[in-house]
Amino acid sequence: MALLEVRNLHVSYGQIAALHGVELEVNEREIVTLIGANGAGKTTTLNAISGLLRPDRGLVMLEGIDLSTLPPHQIVSRGVVQVPEGRHVFARLTVLENLEMGGFTVRGKAEIPRRIEQVFELFPRLRERRGQLAGTLSGGEQQMLAMGRGLMAGPKVLLLDEPSMGLAPVLVDTIFDTVRRLHSQGTTILLVEQNARMALQVADRGYVLQTGRVVLSGTAAELQAHDAVREAYLGVG
Amino acid sequence: MTGRPATSLAAIRRWSARINVADLLMWIVGGAILIFIVAGSIATLRLGIYSFRQWVDFIVFGLAQGGVYALIALGYTMVYGTLRMINFAHGEVFMSGAYTAYFLAFTLAQNGWIERYPVISLAMIFAVSMGTSALVAVLVERIAYRPLRNAPRLVALITAIGASFFLQYAFRGLYGSGFKAYPRMSFLEGSWSLGDFRILHLQVVVIVAAALMMAVLYLFIQKTKTGKAIRAVSEDKAAAALMGISVDRMIVITFVIGGLAAGFAGVLFALMFKQVHFFMGFIPGIKAFTAAVLGGIGNIPGAMIGGAFLGIFESLGPILFLDGFGIKAPYQLKDAIAFAMLVLVLIFRPTGVLGERLVQKKA
Repeated sequence: MALLEVRNLHVSYGQIAALHGVELEVNEREIVTLIGANGAGKTTTLNAISGLLRPDRGLVMLEGIDLSTLPPHQIVSRGVVQVPEGRHVFARLTVLENLEMGGFTVRGKAEIPRRIEQVFELFPRLRERRGQLAGTLSGGEQQMLAMGRGLMAGPKVLLLDEPSMGLAPVLVDTIFDTVRRLHSQGTTILLVEQNARMALQVADRGYVLQTGRVVLSGTAAELQAHDAVREAYLGVG
Repeated sequence: MTGRPATSLAAIRRWSARINVADLLMWIVGGAILIFIVAGSIATLRLGIYSFRQWVDFIVFGLAQGGVYALIALGYTMVYGTLRMINFAHGEVFMSGAYTAYFLAFTLAQNGWIERYPVISLAMIFAVSMGTSALVAVLVERIAYRPLRNAPRLVALITAIGASFFLQYAFRGLYGSGFKAYPRMSFLEGSWSLGDFRILHLQVVVIVAAALMMAVLYLFIQKTKTGKAIRAVSEDKAAAALMGISVDRMIVITFVIGGLAAGFAGVLFALMFKQVHFFMGFIPGIKAFTAAVLGGIGNIPGAMIGGAFLGIFESLGPILFLDGFGIKAPYQLKDAIAFAMLVLVLIFRPTGVLGERLVQKKA
């Protein structure tokens, strides 16, 4: 049984259907990537998993237990944590306060400082900036903070939505290095990316989403070699 | 020859397009008001009707009143912060506590407890008032606002006004339509003399109590996990939910805090003005709203500063600005002056003194 399973997921915005029966699974310790063009339904899929959108039909199962009827904050406490697209750090809270909020569901007082320390080890820049308001950080630092904040909850599955969006190439590398490092530490990740090339380099497996449907899936190597994928998403003609 | 005049003409046209007639008129009105205020103040001070001691009295009274406004304003500003709506029923939340606690105060006065155990009695009165106000605030949120959370803003505004009327007349039906006199508390009467100055015990108690209450609430918002979560929710509800924060619960807590502060303010108000009435929340409610706007709505320290400023402005302003022009009984015009200030703030600095000066939304 996979750690996270999405079965026949249908989501619509009012009258407009966005997902038509998406199926995917993420096994423990895997990085799975969801690639696709703008508007294919990648973010919609993540938001439905997180409970920010209520699916019309379908199941989202963590360790075999359906989450699709739970409110977002309970889905987080079950261990499915999303780092949203556009980072969404709390601009008027300090870096430290943002991390504390990431650990909102964590029980036990001693655990929070321990996890903050882990995040600081992963992102030393955040330690330097810990007293600063998050709104004063650069885009790359905000992305680090958003990821660190997501890790605070101790996720069973980390959902990363477009972590490289809008970042300078050098920072994109840093972010993907971090993803690899989290992977080597055993974190399970579902990664949504426009940058399919980078995503397929770090991922174990991938799904290609097109207008709300999974049209292709396979190991990262298979997808990288697939003609349609090369043409449409990797820019190789 | 051809280029220059054309560009300067274009510059003038661009410049004149940026300031429209309405803006210009506003600034002229604003300037006139400023000149009027300055001239009036100079005239009053030159007349020298009031001694320095009296001016200090006005300020101390203003500060006490301002403390009450500030506590109510906290509720407006916090609810605005989390829901981006003006809770116009908040004045009634304030009334409900003070009015309900009146019955306890009355009973305690009848059986002599207030004289024998003043501190315990006062603590009980505060507890009842704060509890009632918090309960009413939570019920209003639950029944009137939550079902409409995603409705257009105008709908929420109309509902808030409806809730306000509903509460006024519900309490009128429950407790009667007359004024009720709050019992005297002899331990709060009298005054201290500091050389030439005389300060009423009551005013000191009100100022200190309001300041303490605000300090406690401010520390709660700044330092506790729940307080930080409330700030997170007021900034970004979806992101807060993704942290595992229950947005609904934080909104309820916001209403509870606003209610507690309003209930606390209600007792202070009743101690100062010695009476309660079902309509008593209306004017202080709108004044506190003014204070919140003045400080920058959504901003907690702003509400406190705005409240204190409005209290002093209202107590000092009419006499200082108008007496010099020979206007009789200028103090009667204090409400007009307070609301004139609301209009002026909305025109000239709609963000308030401390409003939205911090970093704006990110990418």
